[in-house]
Amino acid sequence: MIPSTFDYVKAGSVDEAVAALAEAGDDAKVLGGGQSLLPVLRLRLNAPTVIVDVSGVDEMRTVADEGGSLLIGAAVTTYEVMHHDAIKASVPLLAQAAGLVADPAIRHRGTFGGSCAHADPAGDLPTVARALDAEFVIAGPGGRRTVGASGFFVDYFTTAVQPDEVLVAVRVPKLDGWGAHYEKFHRTAQAWAIVGVAAAVKVEGGTITGARVALTNMGPSPVRASSVESALVGGPATQEAISAAAQSAADGTSPTSDTHAQADFREHLARVLTARAVAKAAGI
Amino acid sequence: MTATIEPQTGAIGRPIKRKEDARLLTGKTNWVDNIQLPGTLYVHYVRSSVAHARIVRVDTTAAKAADGVVAVYTGADFPEQAGSTCVWPVTDDIKMSHYPAICTDKVLYAGDVVAVVVATDKYLAADAGDLVDVDLEPLPAVVDMEEALKDGAPLVHEGFGTNHCYTATMPCGDYAAAKAKADVVVKRRFINQRLIPNTMEPRAVVAAPSVGMADEIAVWTSTQIPHVLRVVLALLTGVPENNIRVIAPDVGGGFGVKLQIYREEVLGLLLAKKLGRPVKWVETRSEHMVASHHGRDQIQDIEIAATSDGTILGVDVKLLADMGAYLQIITPGTPLLGMFMYSGIYKMEALNFECTGVYTNKTPTDAYRGAGRPEATFAIERIVDELAAELGMEPMELRKKNWIKHEEFPYTQIAGLTYDTGNYEAATARAMELFGYDELRAEQKARRESGDKVQLGLGISTFTEMCGLAPSRTLGALKYAAGGWEHCTIRALPTGKIELITGTSPHGQGHETAWSQIASDIIGVPVEDIEVVHGDTGRAPLGMDTYGSRSLAVGGQAIKVAGERLVEKAKLIAAHQLEVSPDDIEFKEGVYSVKGDPEKHKTLGEISWAAFAAHNVPDGVEPTLSGEATVDPQDFSYPHGTHLAAMEVDTETGKVTLRKYVAVDDCGVQVNPLIVEGQVHGGLAQGIAQALYEGALYDADGNLLTGSMGDYLLPSAADLPSFITDRTVTPSTTHPLGTKGIGEAGAIASTPAIINGIVDALRPLGVNDVFMPASPQNVWRAIQAAQGGAA
Repeated sequence: MIPSTFDYVKAGSVDEAVAALAEAGDDAKVLGGGQSLLPVLRLRLNAPTVIVDVSGVDEMRTVADEGGSLLIGAAVTTYEVMHHDAIKASVPLLAQAAGLVADPAIRHRGTFGGSCAHADPAGDLPTVARALDAEFVIAGPGGRRTVGASGFFVDYFTTAVQPDEVLVAVRVPKLDGWGAHYEKFHRTAQAWAIVGVAAAVKVEGGTITGARVALTNMGPSPVRASSVESALVGGPATQEAISAAAQSAADGTSPTSDTHAQADFREHLARVLTARAVAKAAGI
Repeated sequence: MTATIEPQTGAIGRPIKRKEDARLLTGKTNWVDNIQLPGTLYVHYVRSSVAHARIVRVDTTAAKAADGVVAVYTGADFPEQAGSTCVWPVTDDIKMSHYPAICTDKVLYAGDVVAVVVATDKYLAADAGDLVDVDLEPLPAVVDMEEALKDGAPLVHEGFGTNHCYTATMPCGDYAAAKAKADVVVKRRFINQRLIPNTMEPRAVVAAPSVGMADEIAVWTSTQIPHVLRVVLALLTGVPENNIRVIAPDVGGGFGVKLQIYREEVLGLLLAKKLGRPVKWVETRSEHMVASHHGRDQIQDIEIAATSDGTILGVDVKLLADMGAYLQIITPGTPLLGMFMYSGIYKMEALNFECTGVYTNKTPTDAYRGAGRPEATFAIERIVDELAAELGMEPMELRKKNWIKHEEFPYTQIAGLTYDTGNYEAATARAMELFGYDELRAEQKARRESGDKVQLGLGISTFTEMCGLAPSRTLGALKYAAGGWEHCTIRALPTGKIELITGTSPHGQGHETAWSQIASDIIGVPVEDIEVVHGDTGRAPLGMDTYGSRSLAVGGQAIKVAGERLVEKAKLIAAHQLEVSPDDIEFKEGVYSVKGDPEKHKTLGEISWAAFAAHNVPDGVEPTLSGEATVDPQDFSYPHGTHLAAMEVDTETGKVTLRKYVAVDDCGVQVNPLIVEGQVHGGLAQGIAQALYEGALYDADGNLLTGSMGDYLLPSAADLPSFITDRTVTPSTTHPLGTKGIGEAGAIASTPAIINGIVDALRPLGVNDVFMPASPQNVWRAIQAAQGGAA
């Protein structure tokens, strides 16, 4: 398909991007790697009059070690997330999930921040961010603010980022000493997740002492499976206990029905895949 | 049995890399979208967003006033103009639809054309398309075939008073008598789902007036059938046939979806004529999903009758075939191409066939890789497995008991076809050996006993198919409008180079290489010195094009005869110049020498120059050196093979993994085994995709739900295992080169192998069928249903 006409602004800094958005009013869109925005434009599902390209903003292209966390620029590509030494060492869950996003061509173009800001309920990386309680650094005309993952993802394709704001970076806490696994269930290698489960657990002396579980595509936004987490913590790191805890994985979720799966099948998958993801995270 | 030609330089049979691939793989070639003529205008089609509606008004005022717009047309500007046509009225009382170039009164499917915009730029054309104000009064859509046939159903074509298009029957033997003798009767309903054929290159059309002769209009189009299209364009538009030149330049895949007459081709021609300027249209992928024809879409009720010892007595088949909204080139005939194949490779007393075509408010269906034969093969290979389960027999043993033995060929099967050759025993033995059949059965048993959550199934498909469409008289008897011949001219140019002009029209098959190999052996010229000319009615005026695995099976024969005629003429000239009798000339590897005195000889280059100069050719021999032939095939050809699939099924999630796939095909003589290998691999991917991934879904209003590749899944290399392939070679005795055809075998054989494997894995759970595509959800629901669950 063929997009409608738009103006293109290549931002050299976050301030330039914010200024360009302010000038454009409500009718602008931020372009990262373009892997979500361009299809939308080509299908004429959206026709912004201004595109503000942030892919060249240096500050958004870097990964900074803050001690207890990593600050990952929003324009860092999925491929870079997958292969970045510090991310692999301290947040392997994120690196592993990045490797399951789409295909190599898309991973080289698409960005971590773009995936989060697009907030596709079938996106993998937002679920990891939700599981890890990541923080989102957002710049706007009034300066910068930080929003936690629970408040960042608002609804289908909707986040806390306002039309005049830019997502600058995502702060991801390190999880040293935890085991983690992202279980993606999809029909073809490059397809979106029908359901995905991000799991991280801390096991001490055979007992689970910490658990973080979030689900992909089980509602308008990534869902924390809190009842699974509470059922796991304090229990033994055994297959039986994990399977029992996973039975509540679909509780409180509101999955959609589409051409790949009906809601009831998604609920079933959430239970099965949560058990598998947690078991793998626990090294069973 | 041996091939009938004696290789001279031995090019046939060599796995030569394809000479066309460098330009195809780099894209440095004339894909239609690469053709850029001065002054080109761009065409954008405005399509209906709903499946069934009355057109109240199409207001083009705003669009006409938009930047860059040259013209906007609606149906009123082309009244009565057909945009496509059906050349195969399969029964005397078939209801033949009129397919308008641009809709005038009603739209009949989502994607039907209501207006066309022509502008100076493709972006401006699309912008103006959004400004065409289309007022549609929605009507209830008819989507489901069985609903469509009920009294009171909404009518796709009101004038017919029914959605019934035709019913064709073919009773062979007495099925009722066969069934009366049976101990076991198994009946199943299979859904052969609607598929959307996707080529790498979408369709595209460039049409330009007066590029060549004064009145000539050239139409470049991404088609499989330039020759057929030229004839039909003349018939549909009234533009004289001798003013139309159709060119299929390099074409990026066809699979049947470009075996068609499309309204964008008809209108391209008419717009170029009307506006006096080149016009260009390139289909988008989203457009392709609705505007290019779909494939398959049958409900198959099949019954098989057998004795308790496993002797098959007969098969009864009742099909409902979805035509979609209109009949296109061979829409009604496509399901009937499978009519003769429902007995597969098995002997039986009776085959009762009935097919009812039904109109619905959906994209028209037509040929898709295999065209009728994949559907037939799926049904017979699935029901044979079900019969084996019913009888408690090993499914391969049941097949062996019933198939035609190799010593029984030629064998006239129940539908009246005479299979010339075949060796099902050899192909099956090789496949089972490569597969490790017994070991996998042992593993299956162990997994069943341990209650493994991942179960293993063995899927079998022992198939045959009919290629080489077809003897012209046979096609006539089937009410098909055209013939089945093919043409070749081989010209020895004055400088000794060879031009091979073929009427086949490749779209990825490697004809340039394979045809060169055949000609090389016959006229004794190196493969590199042969240039194959195709796909242009200006340069290759005679031909019936490429579909149905006919190019080698039929076109190959024309190459052989043309080459032999060239050699015969060259012998006369050589003999004259060497002052001996033609009988004393010995021809070997391009050299014509005097028997017993090889020092006295002429090369083909010397002879072709002599024929060009014509200073010294014998009396009664015309100047210039070429051979040409138009050949009608003697019969169909019947490739066959045994395909085996090891399927792992996760019973918790329904996810299926294809662990191992063995394909042993018998396509007779292989001209180029590398090309055969490529055809097998590609065919397997498409057939496996029908089993596991692909399926067009519509909602109740006739909206296509799978209109993008996010919803309509195509597998990539990452989703398929490394295929294990081999060939047995049983040359055809009805085709002079001993070849049979390989273009569709993989797509035909693999779909039932995959589903049989999945069902085999799940049979202990009570599952006896899985809907295609066997998505995790469909497999999981089949398990739940078998176990009495709510799903």
